[in-house]
Amino acid sequence: MKALTLRNLSKTYKGGVTALRQVNLDVEQGDFFGLLGPNGAGKSTIIGIVSSLVTRSGGDVRVMGYDLDTQPWEAKGLLGLVPQEFNFNHFETVEQVVLNQAGYYGMPRRQARERLERFLRELSLWEKRRAVSRTLSGGMKRRLMIARALIHGPRLLILDEPTAGVDIEVRRSMWQFLRKINQDDGVTIILTTHYLEEAESLCRNIAIIDEGRIIENTDTQSLLDRLSAQAFILDTAAPMTAAPALEGFRVEQLSAKQLEVEVRKEQTLSALFAALQRVGIEVTSMKNKSNRLEELFIRLVEQNDGIDPGP
Amino acid sequence: MYWRRTLIALATIAGKETHRYLRIWIQTLVPPAITMALYFVIFGNLIGPRIGPMEGYSYIDFIVPGIIMMAVITNAYTNVVSSFFGAKFQRHIEEIMVSPTPNAVILLGYVAGGVGRGLLIGLIVTIVSLLFTRLQIHSIPVTISVVFLTSVLFSLGGFINGVFARKFDDISIVPTFILTPLTYLGGVFYSVSMLPDFWRGVSLLNPILYMVDAFRYGILGTSDINIWLAYVLILGFIALLGGFSLWLLERGIGLRG
Repeated sequence: MKALTLRNLSKTYKGGVTALRQVNLDVEQGDFFGLLGPNGAGKSTIIGIVSSLVTRSGGDVRVMGYDLDTQPWEAKGLLGLVPQEFNFNHFETVEQVVLNQAGYYGMPRRQARERLERFLRELSLWEKRRAVSRTLSGGMKRRLMIARALIHGPRLLILDEPTAGVDIEVRRSMWQFLRKINQDDGVTIILTTHYLEEAESLCRNIAIIDEGRIIENTDTQSLLDRLSAQAFILDTAAPMTAAPALEGFRVEQLSAKQLEVEVRKEQTLSALFAALQRVGIEVTSMKNKSNRLEELFIRLVEQNDGIDPGP
Repeated sequence: MYWRRTLIALATIAGKETHRYLRIWIQTLVPPAITMALYFVIFGNLIGPRIGPMEGYSYIDFIVPGIIMMAVITNAYTNVVSSFFGAKFQRHIEEIMVSPTPNAVILLGYVAGGVGRGLLIGLIVTIVSLLFTRLQIHSIPVTISVVFLTSVLFSLGGFINGVFARKFDDISIVPTFILTPLTYLGGVFYSVSMLPDFWRGVSLLNPILYMVDAFRYGILGTSDINIWLAYVLILGFIALLGGFSLWLLERGIGLRG
């Protein structure tokens, strides 16, 4: 049984804008799935439809095999949503926000309180449980929305840009928490993010959506394997007057003490360093020019731009 | 199991709504008590004795039921429209929409909040009125059933307004330009039997008149209209507005993109 099944999902908004064009997607149970795409590609529309916040124009949605239309109690009960925007009552306390959410799912208050303590402690919000939610920092608000989404024990958790606007430390701790609930509790996670490093680090499978169509859907490693080359920035110990000729490598000089070198898939870093040593260049540090997934993402979206999206 | 979960969801929404208006009691409970006390002082104590008896009752006794009903109507309506629009505006209505809570339960929860506030205000204004007159209730069942059904009806009205409202101005238009005039012209301060035939006929088209008069019958035992007709009208409007509210929720109008 799939955690999420979308069949021929389509959405045309009132103004005539087509956001989704016959989208088909399967997400396996236990997966950590990334849904990527540029702004306006249709990611939030898919999430909106699955979480019943957007009316679809056509197609079917199944959550853990339950049809969203005919078995809403089961389907919605197995789904948790962390939306992009803060959408809790800003006048309620942290515990009120989470306990009310448990109530909407029919969870008895006693059971809800036990789960509340678990998630607020794990998300470092327990000390803030009586704080009015509007007084929380941005990172805390994000974590509050995660606690709220998990309170009723969903088997599928959808996070729409969960780490947008939070600092690196909070982002890393959220990654750790999400990995834990995915691995230890077996919660299937679907994530949309603009931080492609986040998708590369967390997701086992990735779908790329553009102009309302899924243009790629595969495992993260296969996607990365498709990159034929990676670019590295090298800082050199001594200044150079021109870009050195490294046999077999494309080299560009960025500044007196900085080079950009392209390493193709069939080449190795050892070969690069050997070539550098041959011309007498000492390297003090080295980094990837850009996120690998980002390169691929841009390439795929650019390819799709040339395709007529149809009616 | 299904019913238990549904009842918990209903209790959660109703509890949240009740907590909301109690938390801001200085905005929700105190102002109507002060306003209505002023009505009793001015119209009841200062002007009332000069007006003389109405329908065989002292003027203050005559206006007490109307003033209580006016407070109930306004507060039941305002509570739901403010709360539901606020939930839309802050987007926390999405918390309920993503959950499996049935639409009827969402509606009942919000209506329960409106009815609760309407009845609580009704009780407060009744207590305030006791400072100015002695209140004798002619029929407890009629009094309670009319005030309860009327608060249900106006809570539903507030809900529909909340669904359609897009900005804060939209939640004050109906109370200011429709509800208040209809209430003032609904026989709160006078008996429609005093009016010329034409204006009496016009007044009979005002549904609030039937509610005010039915409530006055419950307290004083006198009415300008047929009490059963009032029940039919109130129940008819409840069915109509309740059905329309559910249809709006089902279609996601004003809520879903």
